[in-house]
Amino acid sequence: MGDDVAIVGIGMHEFGRHDDLTGMEQGVIAVRRSLADAGLKWQDMQFAFGGSQAAGAADTMVSSLGLTGLQFINVANGCATGGSSLFSAYNTIKAGVFDLGIAIGFDKHERGAFRVNTKGAGLGDWYGANGLALTTQFFGMKINRYMHDFGITRNTLAKVSAKAFRNGADNPMAWRRKPLSEEDVLESTMLSYPLTQYMFCSPGEGGVALILARADKAHQYTDRPIFLKATVVRSRRFGSFEVLAPSIALEHNAGPTVDASRAAFEMAGMGPDDIDLAQLQDTEAGAEVMHMAENGFCEHGEQERMIQNGETEIGGRFPVNTDGGCLANGEPIGASGLRQVYENVLQLRGDAGVRQVPNRPKTAYTHVYGAPGISGVTILSR
Amino acid sequence: MPNQIPVADGLFSWPPTGANGESHLIGSRCVTCGNHMFPTQSGCPKCTGNETDTVALGRRGTLWTWTVQGFPPKAPPYAGRTDAGFEPFGVGYVELPGEVKVEARLTEADPAKLRIGMEMELVLVPLYVDAGGNDVMTFAFQPVGETHDQNGAE
Repeated sequence: MGDDVAIVGIGMHEFGRHDDLTGMEQGVIAVRRSLADAGLKWQDMQFAFGGSQAAGAADTMVSSLGLTGLQFINVANGCATGGSSLFSAYNTIKAGVFDLGIAIGFDKHERGAFRVNTKGAGLGDWYGANGLALTTQFFGMKINRYMHDFGITRNTLAKVSAKAFRNGADNPMAWRRKPLSEEDVLESTMLSYPLTQYMFCSPGEGGVALILARADKAHQYTDRPIFLKATVVRSRRFGSFEVLAPSIALEHNAGPTVDASRAAFEMAGMGPDDIDLAQLQDTEAGAEVMHMAENGFCEHGEQERMIQNGETEIGGRFPVNTDGGCLANGEPIGASGLRQVYENVLQLRGDAGVRQVPNRPKTAYTHVYGAPGISGVTILSR
Repeated sequence: MPNQIPVADGLFSWPPTGANGESHLIGSRCVTCGNHMFPTQSGCPKCTGNETDTVALGRRGTLWTWTVQGFPPKAPPYAGRTDAGFEPFGVGYVELPGEVKVEARLTEADPAKLRIGMEMELVLVPLYVDAGGNDVMTFAFQPVGETHDQNGAE
């Protein structure tokens, strides 16, 4: 497998709440930081893919960044918006259309659980009226069934959250920077049984930009290029259990994460044992647990032992969500998947500071999951 | 007695016609492959067929998974109470044998009384009172008979 595309610049605006900035302004700041990181100017960008869920059309950023006439395509693909921008940028370079471009994601959501647009999601008004249009319910129901089937305990969920807030405390870009104990997590308000307040991430704000170049030209911009070995997006198949579903089939299908993961490993010519660290979608603590197995990193149920033994800590055998994940960073939908890639680039460059995974990791994996049953996976290597 | 109206047409049989005021959910069955869907739809996600029949779904099933909605949902889209009178409500998927798993409110909201695999049956419950003073009714599943579960659902 040759190296086709490299990431040569990364920029991020702090995740969290920023009352004085629009979502798009945070995206613009992330773009400027990525350009500075690569030693490039906005007029060097030949193309852009960008998107947000709730903070406006990304292409209007050119009013701030400069009207250079570049090809700018807006991307809207639910929770895989960032992953889809990256996929599109990757393929644009791989196809030989352009040599150098940027993938941008940003967002700014209102406080509290996501307000679902039932019509936009293809659902009747009755579904929202009934009190069923909450993504939080899906996660409560999925992990409740999973705990029943595979023996995951609530203490393990609390350990996942405590790890996230501990890692977030060491991440200057994170929103939640206060460590919380397992007791704090378990004793917080029950939002959607069996999940408490601190087992859930919150909708938030932030922006991320990644500059991509042809791999054979990457050294013009950086002495530490990170190669994009795989980028995959998959939607759901019949029988999978997904968010915002008025009914699901009797048949069981493993879901889009399993499909995206397998395709990404095939594309990269690697297997789960080749991966040194991972950022996995942790909309809530149980999601991280389930996604460890769905992405092929363990068998269903093995997570109980792995997490109890600290194997997914930064110093553990297989570090997961080293930047604090969605739990500590919050979820600005358009930026969330790119935030995972940003963290992996830092880790592979050796620039993650106090959160640096030891022993110079060579490969890193990202996985985003969300509405309406969509997963995006990337594999990076240095 | 206030007038009762359904939250939407075509979700469940209305007015209730059973001997004890029962209703049933209205779904679709694929003419090609027999797959069941709820609510009704014209195409089949299983086989991609584009012809379906409208069918009455079974009224009883087993609880496949569940949660409890512990905070008031945002309104809109939620139509129930979001003020201090909000009461947590159960939500689950009930597996209707040979048909489909349907998502619904549950009449039980106590985690100690909900258990994966328990028998459930369809009922109609008041959701809110509309501007015209009508009781707006929706569907929910309730545990069959009185539950005597001592163990909770851990």
